[in-house]
Amino acid sequence: MQAFTTLTGIAAPLPKANVDTDQIIPARFLKSISRTGFGKNLFANFRYKEDGSENPDFVLNQEPYRKAEILIAFENFGCGSSREHAPWALLDFGIRCVIAPDFADIFHNNSFKNGVLPVKLPRAVCEQLMEDARMGGNARITVDLEREVVVRPSGEEIPFKIDPLRRHLLLNGLDDIGQTMQRAGAIDAFEAKRAAAQPWLAAPAEAPATPPGA
Amino acid sequence: MSGQKPRTLFDKIWDAHVVETLPDGTALLYIDLHLTHEVTTPQAFDGLRQAGRRLRRPEATLGVIDHNIATDASRYTGIVDPESRVQVETLERNAAEFGMPLIPLLDQRQGIVHVIGPELGRSLPGMTIVCGDSHTSTHGAMGALAFGIGTSEVEHVLATQTLLQKPAKNMKVEVNGTLPLGCTAKDIVLAIIGRIGTAGGTGHVIEFAGDAIRALDMAGRMTVCNMSIEGGARAGMVAPDETTFDYVRSRPMAPKGEALERAIAYWRTLPSDPGAQFDTVVRLEAGDIAPQVTWGTSPEDVLPITGLVPDPEAAEDEARREQMRRKMQYMGITPGQRLQDLKVDVVFVGSCTNSRIEDIRAAAAIARGRRVADGVRAMVVPGSGLVKAQAEEEGLDRILREAGFEWREAGCSMCLGMNPDKLTPGQRCASTSNRNFEGRQGPGGRTHLLSPAMAAAAAIAGHLADVRDFQPKGTV
Repeated sequence: MQAFTTLTGIAAPLPKANVDTDQIIPARFLKSISRTGFGKNLFANFRYKEDGSENPDFVLNQEPYRKAEILIAFENFGCGSSREHAPWALLDFGIRCVIAPDFADIFHNNSFKNGVLPVKLPRAVCEQLMEDARMGGNARITVDLEREVVVRPSGEEIPFKIDPLRRHLLLNGLDDIGQTMQRAGAIDAFEAKRAAAQPWLAAPAEAPATPPGA
Repeated sequence: MSGQKPRTLFDKIWDAHVVETLPDGTALLYIDLHLTHEVTTPQAFDGLRQAGRRLRRPEATLGVIDHNIATDASRYTGIVDPESRVQVETLERNAAEFGMPLIPLLDQRQGIVHVIGPELGRSLPGMTIVCGDSHTSTHGAMGALAFGIGTSEVEHVLATQTLLQKPAKNMKVEVNGTLPLGCTAKDIVLAIIGRIGTAGGTGHVIEFAGDAIRALDMAGRMTVCNMSIEGGARAGMVAPDETTFDYVRSRPMAPKGEALERAIAYWRTLPSDPGAQFDTVVRLEAGDIAPQVTWGTSPEDVLPITGLVPDPEAAEDEARREQMRRKMQYMGITPGQRLQDLKVDVVFVGSCTNSRIEDIRAAAAIARGRRVADGVRAMVVPGSGLVKAQAEEEGLDRILREAGFEWREAGCSMCLGMNPDKLTPGQRCASTSNRNFEGRQGPGGRTHLLSPAMAAAAAIAGHLADVRDFQPKGTV
């Protein structure tokens, strides 16, 4: 995972609440077996017309927002499906930070695992940042994870809070699987205790299926 | 244990699965059962391969193919869509390489992951269950802690059988009283979402309680828990009771004999203690619920079927007014219109919310001796091969076919528009699925969420209709 420290970039305003993951990346584009390549279908139902041509009214089809690295939206961003293709699509497009009043839980988790930073700020602040974003290419916004501040184009600093463990992993681009595997001894001990207390969990009564080719 | 603080169902299952607590309060949580499907796993297996990692407990993992397969006979001659084929073959190859049990595509036990887990007796009370799918909350009906995860977390569980999690807050939704005629579990959960909103449960695990929940059969409890995520909660649960134990007893993969009795003795200790504290409590009277239907593009946009399309001008602020106007434009509806006047093009009975045998019986009871309206395409998609076989044994397929419904093969079908079953732009669908988001059932498709009986009534009427006007003809 790519580390996230400080980002200064163009922010795109998306003044909508309840932006669900079906909007971020519609299900028909989930058929790839890779983590990359989803950017072209980010917000596909808004970005493209029925004939496949670009919809000029959608913010990410306008200059300078084609190069946006920050997205500003309203409440409950990322609700709905658990698809990690949503942060993958944002990342593949070039967006590394989403600022909103709050986020749906699964999207919030998935973002951290992919170096996309979700920043929670009150609605009124998001509205101010949205005004900044509407100023276009001359109004860059900085998101500093080290100091936990968003810097407006005016220089005003707005503090935010990120869970310390998540912040640590993100600042250092750490893979948490490797960290957990260092606790294998504790997992072994837990499993042994559990197998004795709840033997019915050991294996299903009927073998579920044979792995193909086995 | 006397003197211990009273705990909720969630607290008890959580506590029993904490391997370690990190200094900041994050728990390393043990996962008993990991269900997998073709869409959210390829990148996870790829990650394992690149890091040279193996599955820690293949026998605690079960794969099935459900999201992007066709629900017509074409599945027997190979998958037509090349990308879908690659995704399915990738899961098959990964299962073989990593030794993960997989239900083969053409096995009778194949079906929607959230239908087959409980049906086969793999999902049990007291378990922690995860799957790369937000509707994993369904399995909470067993009295389990079950929630959806992303692909990175899928990889984490495959490699370590654990997840790093912060404890959720406890929310209790209590539904008391008797459900009126024509109302079902679907109407209960839609009414709940209408009350708490789509973000009302964010950060919480919901325990559904009260005598109206206790009175539901397991299929109904699964419908309610399934849509917890539509209320923002990652997990919903119902305390295990005799209904649960009776359900588990006959399941092929469930424990048997003495092992089962020992398990049941433990499961009886799981319900929330008297006096257990909930961070949030919501109460509904079952008697106040009428058959529900959604009008907009969020599951919280829900009204009784007797209602009228709301007026955006009545909303409290301009942002909300603008949002409602946008929804109305997308849905092709106007303020003040009677919901019952909305003509439907498609009716879909299926999905992990409502594709169990009880759901199909409910649709067939309305369809019996009647005809689908001209110009309406009505489809019934059983949740699994076993549900399909059971329905055929009961003659439900015949009743539905005679009424003009399509009777299809098991899969996710028209719930999410990633297989051949999709709406075309502008089509209006009465659907028993779980999300009415813009484009969810196909770009430009217009979804109205409702119960299986209400869906069947809409198919017969040709427009959204009140199931209370459709008395069953004879018995099914």
